[in-house]
Amino acid sequence: MHQQYIRAASIAGLMFALMVSALNVQAAPNGRSLYENNCSSCHGIDGKGGVGVPLSLPSFLNSVPDSYLEKTIRYGRPGRVMPPYPTLSDAQIKSIVGHLRSFADGEVPASLDVLVRGDIKRGKKLYGQNCSSCHGVNGEGGKGTGVTFSRPRDLPVIAPAINNSGFLLAATDSMIKRTLINGREGTPMISFIKAGLKEKDIDDIVSYVRSFEKATPKTNRVVSRSESPVLIYDSQSDLKTTVANLKNAAAAENFRIIRVQDLENGLVKKGTESNREVIVYFCNFETLNKVLAVDPRVGLFLPCRATVVEREGKVQVMSINPRYLSAMYNNDELDKFCDEMYEIYTNIIEEAIL
Amino acid sequence: MRNLFAVILLVIVSNVSLASESEGLIIHRSTQTFPEAMLALQTSIGEHGYTVSRVQRVDIGLTKSGYKTDKYRIVFFGKSNEIRAVKQSQPQLIPYLPLKIVIFSENNETLLVASNMTQFAVLAKQDGTKILLERWNNDIHSIFSDVK
Ligand code: HEC
Ligand code: HEC
Repeated sequence: MHQQYIRAASIAGLMFALMVSALNVQAAPNGRSLYENNCSSCHGIDGKGGVGVPLSLPSFLNSVPDSYLEKTIRYGRPGRVMPPYPTLSDAQIKSIVGHLRSFADGEVPASLDVLVRGDIKRGKKLYGQNCSSCHGVNGEGGKGTGVTFSRPRDLPVIAPAINNSGFLLAATDSMIKRTLINGREGTPMISFIKAGLKEKDIDDIVSYVRSFEKATPKTNRVVSRSESPVLIYDSQSDLKTTVANLKNAAAAENFRIIRVQDLENGLVKKGTESNREVIVYFCNFETLNKVLAVDPRVGLFLPCRATVVEREGKVQVMSINPRYLSAMYNNDELDKFCDEMYEIYTNIIEEAIL
Repeated sequence: MRNLFAVILLVIVSNVSLASESEGLIIHRSTQTFPEAMLALQTSIGEHGYTVSRVQRVDIGLTKSGYKTDKYRIVFFGKSNEIRAVKQSQPQLIPYLPLKIVIFSENNETLLVASNMTQFAVLAKQDGTKILLERWNNDIHSIFSDVK
């Protein structure tokens, strides 16, 4: 009896050891699956881009060293959609970079870090003449995301933010210089040597871009996480009056009322819906069009909505808190919209509860 | 012994799934075209026991207002008994009900986006609700993996 027990236990122990070792094999980093789980949603399975910029172009891969790719993954681009990956191990990040390299043949440039010492003042002027139309006056980048196929836009690929702390941490002077000399064939970024600039001009621009490091304002609001996910207000009126007030208040803020329905509508048999939670959906298509161009993932806010809830004779108006949600997107441009939306939501609801 | 095994397995499995849970957004790319992905999505939602309560055709509204856009829709869904229970016991979660998944086309592929429901556990005052949010989150992951 006793022996049998020991045998069973040791077999189980052996199985456990086997299982753990099998898991370890699985845990050895697999670049392709790590890429597919973490990156392909934005950059595309084949690296052709989407919400993220393209990663598969030879002109890109053959002009950036591994260290640039590794650091970009580790630090991300604060406020520019591309998230940081603080929890991936170095080995995992290296294996993802290995997978990126499989997108294109060609030589991998060595990680050179030769400091460029150009004339910042002159660089600033040249930057204004050659770069700011795409990368923004202060290097803040173009508006929108990646290559976004879903709607018309000015540039086929977004011009990245080159004043971004994540970019400046990842890019050496040599890498920036090489990018300006070679350009990125297949994107709007041209070779500035071919465009007629001299190496001295390029050095001056590189030094100016590097000087953004000191000027870069701390973006990425962390405060949003301390916001509550919901806005809740007590109404002075009954449910019916509050719903009517809400419709008027939204219309006064230039929103079209698109639907008024019970929360349970469509979930339970028609006629059996509880009528103590009434949703008012409203929309302004002009704003919507703009905000979708800033970030196509923003549909989770849509359509705009406030819900009137009655519990034991007490009526409340509730909505999502746009400021809370904007923190999920890592998109500074979207944050501005969300601040506006926050104002609008609170105006509408405060108007409706009087 | 068997119990011990189950516990070990649970520990391992829960560790594995922790990795992606810190994120607020769940984004999934399907290599199917929009109509195929939409069909797969609604089928999987049904197979997971949920009812689709409505599909909001955002692209139609935009096009009617004169803006150009590719397919962009929002699928609302839920289980009536769960939604009823939560809105009764935890009304502060109402603004996030029913559940939703955003689906839009990117060339020949399709992108799906949902929020990680577990982040709203801060609003939930009962452990039962936290477990439910966890399950919703797991179901959304599972639904996404059905939309290949
Ligand atoms: C939520 C969307 C998203 C995810 C997920 C994402 N990225 Fe990005 N990525 C972007 C965007 C957007 C940019 C461009 C940033 C800008 O415009 O300033 C970018 C930029 C980059 C760049 C710099 C490209 C260049 O031209 O210099 C690299 C490299 C990169 N991402 C790799 C990755 C890898 C590898 C992963 C997965 C570990 C990943 N990204 C995950 C959106 C994303
Ligand atoms: C016509 C628009 C346009 C102009 C003008 C332009 N760029 Fe770009 N630039 C881009 C685009 C688009 C990319 C992204 C290319 C890609 O996806 O690989 C880019 C990429 C870059 C990069 C790499 C950044 C990264 O994250 O990959 C740097 C650095 C850069 N540009 C600097 C400059 C400088 C400096 C100038 C002026 C001398 C300039 N660019 C002019 C559009 C432009």
